[in-house]
Amino acid sequence: MTPVLLPLGDEAATLRFGEAIDLALNARAHAFCAVLDAARPKGLREWAPAFASVTLWYDPDALSFDELNALCLRLASTPDFSHTGRVHELPFCAEGEFAPDLFETAARNGMTARDWLEAFSKVTFEVYMLGFLPGFAYLGGLPKFLDAPRLATPRKIVPERSVAVADGMCAAYPFASPGGWRLVGRTPLQMFDADAKTPTRLAPGDRVRWRLVGVGEFLALEAQWRG
Amino acid sequence: MARLIVEHPGLGVSIQDSGRTGFRKLGVPVSGALDQRLRIAANILAGAPEPAAVLEVLLAAPVLRVEQGPLRLGLAGAFSGVLFRDGDEKKIDSWRGLTLHTGDRLALKLLRPPGSIGFSGGLDAPARLGSRSTYARAGLGGPLGRGDILTCAPAEGADLAAPPLGSGEGPVRFIPGPQAEAFSPETFATFTASRWTVRPESDRMGLRLAGPRLTHEKSANIVSDGVTPGAIQIPGDGQPIVLRADGQTSGGYAKIGCVISADLDRLAHVLPGEELSFRAVDLAEAARARAEQRAAFEKWRQALATFGFDEDKLWSENLISGAISGA
Repeated sequence: MTPVLLPLGDEAATLRFGEAIDLALNARAHAFCAVLDAARPKGLREWAPAFASVTLWYDPDALSFDELNALCLRLASTPDFSHTGRVHELPFCAEGEFAPDLFETAARNGMTARDWLEAFSKVTFEVYMLGFLPGFAYLGGLPKFLDAPRLATPRKIVPERSVAVADGMCAAYPFASPGGWRLVGRTPLQMFDADAKTPTRLAPGDRVRWRLVGVGEFLALEAQWRG
Repeated sequence: MARLIVEHPGLGVSIQDSGRTGFRKLGVPVSGALDQRLRIAANILAGAPEPAAVLEVLLAAPVLRVEQGPLRLGLAGAFSGVLFRDGDEKKIDSWRGLTLHTGDRLALKLLRPPGSIGFSGGLDAPARLGSRSTYARAGLGGPLGRGDILTCAPAEGADLAAPPLGSGEGPVRFIPGPQAEAFSPETFATFTASRWTVRPESDRMGLRLAGPRLTHEKSANIVSDGVTPGAIQIPGDGQPIVLRADGQTSGGYAKIGCVISADLDRLAHVLPGEELSFRAVDLAEAARARAEQRAAFEKWRQALATFGFDEDKLWSENLISGAISGA
């Protein structure tokens, strides 16, 4: 499918590759961003990938929408996408209050909590995009046999660093916030640090595997950055 | 450095500059002052280079005492104030640039939001991720507190007065899309024909509106894509949310349109209980609106000169050109 550029006001536009949450479409969005990172076209201020699109912010007095459209169609035709993201192994703990939805999520899939966690730890997730909160990464690739829909009633407060699943995806909440995903653990790692050179642990296009740890290791890892 | 102490923090007061760009791909909102022209005007009155940070006031203005002067303050917006100096009291009008000295105490009142307070050389807050703008949710600064110390460059000079900067009127202009196809022509017509009331839950993230219920052709939910200040989301309840500076970087609700850049500042001026309406325009009209807005700001700047502003000094510091291109 040929991508379509749609105006988002007069200083931004979204290049839409498709309308589904899908690894192949998402890879096109990351590939397009990689091309922009290298080309740094004049008049473009910023770009950000989403599931199946890339939003571009531009200076409309330097680059018209039609020029931007021509530029996007030319650059988006670049066929190759070599995976450039990093691979992360992130610890998480699924004990007690860290994982209030674990048993139900496992039971919905006819599994014990232990089997569910073991299978979950074998999945390689893909960072589709960041959004919702600073550093909130939508991790795609949760297999159907581990999946569950969002909670009917979202929680008013999801504790920070909760690891959650819903609708084929996984995420770790960088901050406490309202949220409707199912909480299956908590990571001891800081997911967003405003004073770091790269403030987020995960970037679009990265890959993630989760490593189950006990409470002792959780506390030790947490103490490392809490100081 | 010149120093002020916050004797009373006011309400809805935060440090804001031109915004935090370059981190949207990591989910970090742009933030920055809701009304950028008001911020630039406050900085010009105070003698601060672009893109300097100001105190943005959205509810109640602070009370400030100068611990170490002299310094200059620029008041843009509908303030009134009382200056306490050497046992005397003096009434202060808004749209002023004035010098404060050690020991001065300034009690400000905001008659109508928003207001912007500029400081000589710019408010000296630490830049984080390239910006001084407050975004408390991610630990980037926080609300102003009692006893906080504000620092800025020392400066003094003659008092200045400026005409108020207009914020525009008539329907708010928007470009339809990117999910225009999610709405029928009738729904679209209802959106542009209605008057929308600002709900009290509105904040720096978004302006929440109440009016006739807008329906979607299929679903309110889309595969999340990028959003930006001005994006008009229509969630399942059919009541629009217009994103503002602290709005998240992506969203899963269909967007009927996005407010043009020349009308973004105006969104800071509609208060809870007040009404606004929308008019669809094309990109050519948005370009004309940007040019008109630049001309209007230029006119304001020229009016400053007749109010006794030192224009030569401004040009020599290249303040205005920076202010306009950065706007």
